[in-house]
Amino acid sequence: MSSTHRGPLSGYRFDFWSFVTTVSLVFFGMFLIIPVGRMVYYAFQSGDIAGFTFSNFVKFFSRAYYRNALFNSIKVVLCATALVIVIGVPLAYVTSTFEIKFRRLVDILVVISMLSPPFIGAYSWILMFGRSGTFTVFLREYLGLRMPSIYGFSGILLVFVLKLFPYIYMYTKGALKKVDASLGEAAESLGYHGLRKILTVSLPLVTPTILAGGTIVFLRAFADYGTPRLIGEGYSTLPVIIYTEWISETGSNAYFASAVALIMMLVAALVFSLQKYISNRKNYTMSMINPPKPKKLRGVPNVLAHLFVYTVALLATLPQIYIIVISFRNTKGIMWTDGYGIGNYVTVFNKAAPAVFNTFKFGLIAIAIVILLGTLFAYLTVRRRNLFSSILDVLIMFPYVIPGTIFGLILLISYNSGPLVLSGTAAIIIISYVIRRMPYTVRSSSAILRQISPSIEEASLSLGYASMRTFFNVTMPLMTPGIVSGAILSWITIINELSSTLMLYTSRTATMSVAIFQEINRGGYGTAAALSTILTVTMVVSLLLFFRLTGSEDIDL
Amino acid sequence: MAVSIHIKNVMKKYEDNTVIRDLTADIESGELFTLLGPSGCGKTTLLRMIAGFNSVEHGTIAFDGAVINDIPVHRRSFGMVFQNYAIFPNMTVYRNIEYGLKNKHLARDEIRRRVEEIMEVVQITQYQDRYPDKLSGGQQQRVALARAIAVRPQVLLMDEPLSNLDAKLRLEMREAIRDIQKKIGITTVYVTHDQEEALAISDRIAIMNRGDIQQIETPERIYSRPWNTFVANFIGHSNRLRGVVEQTADGGGSVKVEGRMSIDMRGTRPLQPGQELLVYVRPEEFIINQGQEGEGLKGAVRVKQFLGRYVNYIIDLGTAEPVEVTSDTNSALKIYEPGDEVLLTVNTRRINLFTADTEISLMEGVESNVLHA
Repeated sequence: MSSTHRGPLSGYRFDFWSFVTTVSLVFFGMFLIIPVGRMVYYAFQSGDIAGFTFSNFVKFFSRAYYRNALFNSIKVVLCATALVIVIGVPLAYVTSTFEIKFRRLVDILVVISMLSPPFIGAYSWILMFGRSGTFTVFLREYLGLRMPSIYGFSGILLVFVLKLFPYIYMYTKGALKKVDASLGEAAESLGYHGLRKILTVSLPLVTPTILAGGTIVFLRAFADYGTPRLIGEGYSTLPVIIYTEWISETGSNAYFASAVALIMMLVAALVFSLQKYISNRKNYTMSMINPPKPKKLRGVPNVLAHLFVYTVALLATLPQIYIIVISFRNTKGIMWTDGYGIGNYVTVFNKAAPAVFNTFKFGLIAIAIVILLGTLFAYLTVRRRNLFSSILDVLIMFPYVIPGTIFGLILLISYNSGPLVLSGTAAIIIISYVIRRMPYTVRSSSAILRQISPSIEEASLSLGYASMRTFFNVTMPLMTPGIVSGAILSWITIINELSSTLMLYTSRTATMSVAIFQEINRGGYGTAAALSTILTVTMVVSLLLFFRLTGSEDIDL
Repeated sequence: MAVSIHIKNVMKKYEDNTVIRDLTADIESGELFTLLGPSGCGKTTLLRMIAGFNSVEHGTIAFDGAVINDIPVHRRSFGMVFQNYAIFPNMTVYRNIEYGLKNKHLARDEIRRRVEEIMEVVQITQYQDRYPDKLSGGQQQRVALARAIAVRPQVLLMDEPLSNLDAKLRLEMREAIRDIQKKIGITTVYVTHDQEEALAISDRIAIMNRGDIQQIETPERIYSRPWNTFVANFIGHSNRLRGVVEQTADGGGSVKVEGRMSIDMRGTRPLQPGQELLVYVRPEEFIINQGQEGEGLKGAVRVKQFLGRYVNYIIDLGTAEPVEVTSDTNSALKIYEPGDEVLLTVNTRRINLFTADTEISLMEGVESNVLHA
């Protein structure tokens, strides 16, 4: 009779949840719909002529400089996505099928490298293999080897791949964990083994997951500003164009930047809907009776499997480790000097303490709001299906397709003047964090809510607790594991946030990631390394705390 | 404390799908009233309307005459036992039972006293500090029941509470629920699709089909004197035979069954000579006679199933469908084997006649008891 269950109270009544719906629509209306609307409006305006015009788009498509940027963006992002799948999927297969020693350590390293901001990776690779990089110099002086250039297309690709393969790895690993071991055994009993078994059974079953992961990788790479800006040199991509158009020396051109932003968002939305379309058609439900167990390998295959896993993990972690090491090297001004010490940290303490403080202040306020709103919104979209909650469902996920630079830009444009001026305040940065990082918390909260039977809430209602008290007494405590695992992702991505903060900060509201970025640009490599290390340590501590609190072994994406 | 429930002209639609159509029923104070029917008949929907989880857009539901349509769930005074128990997994047994009481502004001692008392009644005192995942299905069931009745509600609602238990526990819990319900004398609405459970536990049963109540009766009456063929088919098993009235008499008449056997019926509504009817014979209402001499239905045993206390036969009468016949092992003269030729007669005091067109009972004094307000 489950078909007649429509959740508690299918009739309409203005209650706590109607109130939450109203609040959420106002919130998203102000900080998502209005800014995006403003951006679309600006895209068809120009500073010179009044009224509606296509001139921005004509300009974009008629100049090779801009067309190339679009082409560059798509080329590097597609290559990165393809490579990431080629590395991430086999890695996931190997670690979930075979016993790998120190697998948990490998996982933690991979998660850390995934969650640290890409531009720090780019910066580290430059320090190692750039023109005067440590390894470049070493190889040239002592072995007479000339390294190929790390700048431009190949550099961006390298950073993207090593930074983003963990997404595919984590997603695929999660999906493989849910493939019943009997399916593989059934395939073997029918004469399929080795690669044929993988290609005909395991791979098709996790394909929707790989596609979903691939989309995330595509969108993240497509939106990244810091990496192409640092390591791209002449290879400019769309986010770089938007930023330079906005912070142009000849006077900022918000109209043209908006047009480019619109083009980017359309590309992102297209990719996103394509993935949704494909995965809706290919969705499998599986019953799980025999969970898969990793097998022990012997001999050469065992050595190869370990070699593969460790190499990838090492490459992914290398930039992080290198940064930590050089953060202790002595510097003088912008020059490295001999010897090691904590000089850089002293400089950070003197110069950049406010940035560290801001990161924690903004981050903690934002994460508190994310947890409260994210949990409530998850409840609305899962348990109170109606027109408004469906709209809300789309709005919550919308930031996935808005690159950070663009989001910062449109927030700024919308609240730069008018009745509500927020530009230059901490509030605008916090709002941007909340909107951009809430999807993680909402997604994992709603996933766990779907597994909680509505009758648990009905039991509480029947015992005399109204809907708000029922939510805080019963539902929210049961949702806690899901909320926490979403919030950890929200939190880590908040403290790492660069691209929208870069648009929104002032000297008083600069955060750690902004300070790192500025230091790199200024040549203050030592301070940048020390700040990056502090950021990494914060992340690792957060993660360890998370594992400790939840008792879980993995982080769910 | 026990209240009566009055359901009047209630209707429920989801888009174009009518789940309940114009339903009226009175549930008496203190009785255990069962809603029984096939899945999709609207029984759970009706229960959830009484609870308030489903809104009532048409008609009224009243407790002791006071309409509760617009009273939100948390202010209605009912306790509910859910199909999946819905015990709070983050609270111990004790905390689960205490949860509802803590909302009642009672003194701390009073709460403790009542929780302990109710744990005693449902016999879970020894598990009070356990979490639900450390309890068996039957124990969880007892906790769910204790939690629902601890707040001393006016009405107890139970939604297929035994369907997740294994057969043996189901019997045990059935007794326990019946016992506790009588002990505290609470008006109870019980939903199930299991007819045996309904017969065993109920004071009265409402048989539902496609959003309508077909008949409301005591278990004995509903089994022996069903209002229509739907009820006859749904409760127990019935063989459906055709008949024609030969002669009428006062309060009965003689009926030719399948054109081959004349029976004398008593206690019927007035019959018309030549009237076509349906003769419903339950398997145990047949009498098997050896050989094929005399008045009766001649047939051959096709299948024999020996079940210990009973023997089930499938017997070919040369009609469209073979009939099912049960004989009590203890009183049977002989156990027949497939291929044996037999003569069937019927216990005319037990069998039921229905009109051939509307399929409604022709037996004297049988009522649907469905109210039409």
